[in-house]
Amino acid sequence: MDKTLNTNVEAINLEQEARLTSRRSFVKLSSAAVLTAFAFGALNPETLSAKTAFHGLPIDDEKSKSVDLGKGDTGVLNYAYALEQLEAAFYTQVISTPFAQMTSAERAILTDIRDHEIAHRDLFKTALGKKAIPALQVNFTTINFNSRDSVLGTAKTFEDLGVAAYNGAGQLLKDVNFLLLAGKIVSVEARHAAIIRDLISPMSASFAGDDVTDPATGLDKALTPAQVLSAAAPFIRTPVTAKKLPTPKR
Amino acid sequence: MNIGKTILEHLDPDLVGTMTSKPENITKANNLTGALATTIISTGALAGTTFGQDKKLPGKIVDVLNFALTLEYLEDEFYRTALGSSGLIPRTTYAVFQQIGKHETAHVALLKSVLGSRAVPKPNFDFTAGGAFGDVFRNYQTFLAVSQAFEDTGVRAYKGQAGNLQDNAKILTVALQIHSVEARHAAEVRRLRNEKGWISGDSRGTLPAPTQAIYNGEGNVTQGGVNLAGLAGLSNDAITEAFDEPLTKEQVLAIAKLFIRA
Repeated sequence: MDKTLNTNVEAINLEQEARLTSRRSFVKLSSAAVLTAFAFGALNPETLSAKTAFHGLPIDDEKSKSVDLGKGDTGVLNYAYALEQLEAAFYTQVISTPFAQMTSAERAILTDIRDHEIAHRDLFKTALGKKAIPALQVNFTTINFNSRDSVLGTAKTFEDLGVAAYNGAGQLLKDVNFLLLAGKIVSVEARHAAIIRDLISPMSASFAGDDVTDPATGLDKALTPAQVLSAAAPFIRTPVTAKKLPTPKR
Repeated sequence: MNIGKTILEHLDPDLVGTMTSKPENITKANNLTGALATTIISTGALAGTTFGQDKKLPGKIVDVLNFALTLEYLEDEFYRTALGSSGLIPRTTYAVFQQIGKHETAHVALLKSVLGSRAVPKPNFDFTAGGAFGDVFRNYQTFLAVSQAFEDTGVRAYKGQAGNLQDNAKILTVALQIHSVEARHAAEVRRLRNEKGWISGDSRGTLPAPTQAIYNGEGNVTQGGVNLAGLAGLSNDAITEAFDEPLTKEQVLAIAKLFIRA
């Protein structure tokens, strides 16, 4: 089932990419094809808006163009912006195409989280202004949006990764106000991580399990941008580089 | 607690595995060149300076760590007492509080290991807050309420001190790594109380009025100099939930003082 789905998704993607050689031809894409793509979870509103909003560049140029996060605090904030784009796109898709038998309680939680990630994403976009990286294209072809296990498992991955990313990035920021801002966001990501983990494994030790919180020290993970971007890469179609970010002290 | 090992573990668990597990790995590590070898050297240097020789820590950082230690003492003793109070925590959620308690104990040990002889002693606590929570170790709901109050306060307390640790990247990172664990605890306890895992506006939800100081200021909608009200069509609840707010040391101590015997 999954394999068939993914194969179809790939087929749709290839077909679209062949057709989407310019913004104009993208606009011409029939709504039926878009709806089909939606149904298979191949596309989501983020991807669509990214394609149409990207400075009017032809899709092929956009796809081949890698994005560098930049240097200094701007680079670190763009790093956070990239991760928030990924999360916001994911939860937008989760709510657009809910998995089978999603309960109302689950929908309420996932909608809340979607809105938080959108708030994070749009704040970074606004705060960075002209220095903001462009909208990234995501790649969710390995996620089965119809499966609770797949959706919550991916959510867990993204939230834990977000926590570790912010924990590792705090020391890279020079401006104390940005450090505080990152602090305001990371604890919300940690709240998300705990709640998603509780949905998967209710009322167990999993919300801050030994797999993510070192039982000897009681510390969550802290990862470097290189580690985080490598883990996130399979979900981001646009190549992202972090060549100029400050080097973490270990 | 083996201090040297603990510090190495939280700095780089993989490296510790490489360095300490098997003799052949040590040989292998010795043969490594480049980045990893540099990491080993810097890690070794760290264990001997920043953490090992606590007298070298600046007073400003010592103050922050002692402030954190006081809060961790509070949480550690709170959960140890609760876990030992028969009939208080139901079997269905015992694993949750065992896990939280384990972390608080580890945080106390970690902070004490960093502070060494400069660590403050544990205060005497009154978890009833002068009788306001008189049945805290007999009534599960009261226990949950105080637990949520401690965890949400802890998140705000660490957040408020991050800026004071900026000069020491390693200690800042450790503080952030504790901070996010406190947030995981807070979310889980809130969920057990049928509250959202996140804080809407400055609402204390179903907690009693004396806890309001823990939530004041959480309704802030200006972030990074940007007023987010109405952003992307989001509700104010969503916007305020998306950002946790800090508390100053003074604000936290005013809250904590309710639980500390004079």
